[in-house]
Amino acid sequence: MLWIVQRASAAVLALCVTVHLVTIVYAVRGGLTAADIFARTRGSLGWLAFYTLFVLAVAVHAPIGLRPVLTEWLGWRGRTREWFVAAFGVALAWLGMRAALVVFR
Amino acid sequence: MTALQVSVWRGGADGRLQAFEVPRYPSQTVLDVVTHIQRKIDPSLAYRYACRVGMCGSCAMTVNGVPRWTCRTHVDRVAKDGTLELRPLRNLPIVRDLVADMRTFFDKWERARGHFEGGATRADDFARVAPESPARQAADAGIECIGCGVCYAACDVVRWNPDYLGPAALNRAWTLITDVRDTKTAERLRAIAGDAGCHACHTHTSCTERCPMHLSPTASIAGLKRAVTKAALEGKL
Amino acid sequence: MKRVALIHRLSGIALALFLPVHFWALGLGLEMDAFLRWTEQPVVKFAEWGIVVLLAAHLGGGLRVLAIEFLDWHEWQKSLAAIAGAIVLAAGLAFALAL
Repeated sequence: MLWIVQRASAAVLALCVTVHLVTIVYAVRGGLTAADIFARTRGSLGWLAFYTLFVLAVAVHAPIGLRPVLTEWLGWRGRTREWFVAAFGVALAWLGMRAALVVFR
Repeated sequence: MTALQVSVWRGGADGRLQAFEVPRYPSQTVLDVVTHIQRKIDPSLAYRYACRVGMCGSCAMTVNGVPRWTCRTHVDRVAKDGTLELRPLRNLPIVRDLVADMRTFFDKWERARGHFEGGATRADDFARVAPESPARQAADAGIECIGCGVCYAACDVVRWNPDYLGPAALNRAWTLITDVRDTKTAERLRAIAGDAGCHACHTHTSCTERCPMHLSPTASIAGLKRAVTKAALEGKL
Repeated sequence: MKRVALIHRLSGIALALFLPVHFWALGLGLEMDAFLRWTEQPVVKFAEWGIVVLLAAHLGGGLRVLAIEFLDWHEWQKSLAAIAGAIVLAAGLAFALAL
């Protein structure tokens, strides 16, 4: 049920985006160095969990959102569109987790 | 009074705009303008109207880019600089001049199962439906639709996606789904779900803004989205 | 096309194009201190502000859709509420980012 998944992921993202932006602003304003940042994120299951949730919500929300745009503005329909959209989601999940692990490990 | 400069679509899809000059009068409606052109200037102009008092919806067409009922549109409201551009309703094939082919509009109505399917017979007593019940209020909010096509012409998704059932058909489906006497709820939900159905609506609300009966197809379609999700989660679809 | 819907759609497309790049760049495991120094550059600050605006625009449009689909408000009230929320977010963060 793409519709409800989209709405649910939107709600999750509203929260995650806010937390993420506040965190980044805090880090920048506070003049945190790389060492300071890694000290807080390395080995932190809390941050890993947060970013995993964030990445999964993005990997679900962005492809579902693009899907109608591909049809309505580019005339793309059928199986190939579904494969592309799914592949885009997988790519986002993979790249996103790769990025999250950089600060975790 | 100065004259109105009116551009009118002539011909089919490959037609063109033709210019007319029409005398301006107080309290003139766009329907008065079109009628004047057809009766006094060019009898070959094709256009539709019937009741001319805002009840039938036959006179719907595009006035300065916006779908409206011409009988209910005062010239003073829309021709601020003394010009009018009249085209047939958008998103529908053109029959000729200002007349749109409403067949796809009503075909989609049928595809959405937009007709009542009850289960009672003459032997049964009357159905008892409380007017204040939420279900009945939801249905009542949408039943005054007279199928004029203005919402369909206003909808961006209809324009982009030829399969999309459209606001009117979906609004009608909703009024039947919330009707406790109707027995084909599951079938109707199946008919209106999916990429050609309620889920294609992106809540632009152009339909609700333009509806001359002040209905809200957006609200009806939101109801359908929730109903489909609920039914799917309960395994009823 | 409705303006708020167009902004919602265009900001969504822009974010969908930006995010893979963002993830990919972060995943490279670049030297963090050098990266942080790079983000001090004005052009980067401007891009960050742009992304925050896109996020706020998309969030605002999304809140409007959620309000219309799940609540019983009038459409104009919902539009106003969503736009107001987005403006607050963008303004607050733009200030916080001191751009």
